[in-house]
Amino acid sequence: MVDFAITFALTVMVLLMVLNLGGLLLWVERKGSAVLQDRIGANRAAIFGRLPFNLGIVNTLIADPIKLFTKENFVPHGADKLLHTLAPIIALVPVLMTFIVIPFGDVLIIGERVIPLQAADLNVGLLYILAMVSLGVYGVVLGGWASNNRWALLGGIRGSAQMISYEIPMGLSLVAVVMTFGSLNLQEIARAQGQLIGGWIPAWGILYQPVAFLIFMAAGIAESKRVPFDLPEAESELISGYFTEYSGAKQATFMLVDFIEVIIVAGLVTTLFFGGWQVPFLLRDGFHFPWGTVIPLPSLVVALLQVGAFTLKVLFFCWLQIMIRWTLPRFRYDQLMNLGWKGLIPLSLANVMLTALLLLLF
Amino acid sequence: MDHVTFFALALPLIVVATMVVVHPSPVYSALFLVMTLFLLAVYFLFLDAHMVAALQIIVYAGAIMVLFLFVIMLLNLQTEPREQQRRGLRRAALIGGGILVLELFLLLRRLPTGDTPEQALPAGFGTVQALSERLFTDFLLPFEITSILLLVAMVGAVVLAKRQG
Repeated sequence: MVDFAITFALTVMVLLMVLNLGGLLLWVERKGSAVLQDRIGANRAAIFGRLPFNLGIVNTLIADPIKLFTKENFVPHGADKLLHTLAPIIALVPVLMTFIVIPFGDVLIIGERVIPLQAADLNVGLLYILAMVSLGVYGVVLGGWASNNRWALLGGIRGSAQMISYEIPMGLSLVAVVMTFGSLNLQEIARAQGQLIGGWIPAWGILYQPVAFLIFMAAGIAESKRVPFDLPEAESELISGYFTEYSGAKQATFMLVDFIEVIIVAGLVTTLFFGGWQVPFLLRDGFHFPWGTVIPLPSLVVALLQVGAFTLKVLFFCWLQIMIRWTLPRFRYDQLMNLGWKGLIPLSLANVMLTALLLLLF
Repeated sequence: MDHVTFFALALPLIVVATMVVVHPSPVYSALFLVMTLFLLAVYFLFLDAHMVAALQIIVYAGAIMVLFLFVIMLLNLQTEPREQQRRGLRRAALIGGGILVLELFLLLRRLPTGDTPEQALPAGFGTVQALSERLFTDFLLPFEITSILLLVAMVGAVVLAKRQG
């Protein structure tokens, strides 16, 4: 019973963290893009009066969501009503389910009880994530098809082709990572990165697999359908792509899915390549510095430090993706396919071969 | 797997599998097929075959069915009116289905009756390690032959596509 309650609490905690971060990213994206482009950005409904710089918090985090969720629920004429309504939900469920296998800390020891800071410890964790990511495409395809709009249909078709294409380099880059760490369990991969190379450098995944990191990052951004890979929505060609005919709460759900996908990519990059929840030199009982100093810490402090480190890393990679989104122009469709099939797939295959060779030699 | 879980899963599985064939709209048929594959993955989960369940979703629900939908949308297939269904096809389906039911009946009669005692699973059953070990030792030859077969199919598709263009 207690075990069940703990698992339930962890799951709810992960869910709330992700949903809140998704909302927060909306603010980062709108205000961040304004800063990048030297605009003022969202500046209405300030609560703090005349600060020197209006943060636009009420605007993006309160006023906009209220507006979106109170709008009329509109289904275009001739559209498939059931699927039009279901599509945003089908898009949302798998991306929310992804997070339960991402570890956000090592273990928390309270008395006799050892609580792993991960909602579900799956032996096939990485495969589970690939499965959920591959299901994400249905929301896009069905949204595009059910709208009875040719732009939306084109967006849906583009989305399905793009996401299938980029799943392959994504999976292949993960194969190299799995070969390095010898496990599909994300918690074990995170733990393995706590070792030190030569007693000084933390053995984070990026040091072993720099190429896989670049491939995974590119494929991840392509999977989340953001610039430079946002061909499924391409405003200049397809109005808004697969969600052209969506408004109000359903459109807000699609936007939320977009931001949650950013968090997924950030969380996976952190876990696989940047040590996950590892803080350098921090072991379960405190800091062990290479020059011999030992600072013992209670389990709760260690757990808080780890969760804090994980959150910071995830926030950094979310920010990085938003910066990329507002820096680069959009690919052309043939360039997108060429990059995926002729660039990333051969590169990731070569990376797998090289990893195998190096593992055999050393 | 106890009887309650089995029937709680089997009933919806049969319903959605029937809907794949019965529903007139190709898109809905494809979606029901996705649901069928999904429920099958749940079956594998209950049988402790976690890796097979994950692969079932990645390969079938996540990739192959997306391609199905892609093709349906690309060709813009519409809902098929009943009258257009061909007579001969219906007759062939009736004969084929009849033979299948007969075979199932014969098979069911040969099954042992009564509960078979539950056997303990070997340690690590269904994990990636256990499955890969079997694949690369006992089943190495079939495994490699299958991959060559897939390669041949891929090359064949490319050759056919090139000849057309």
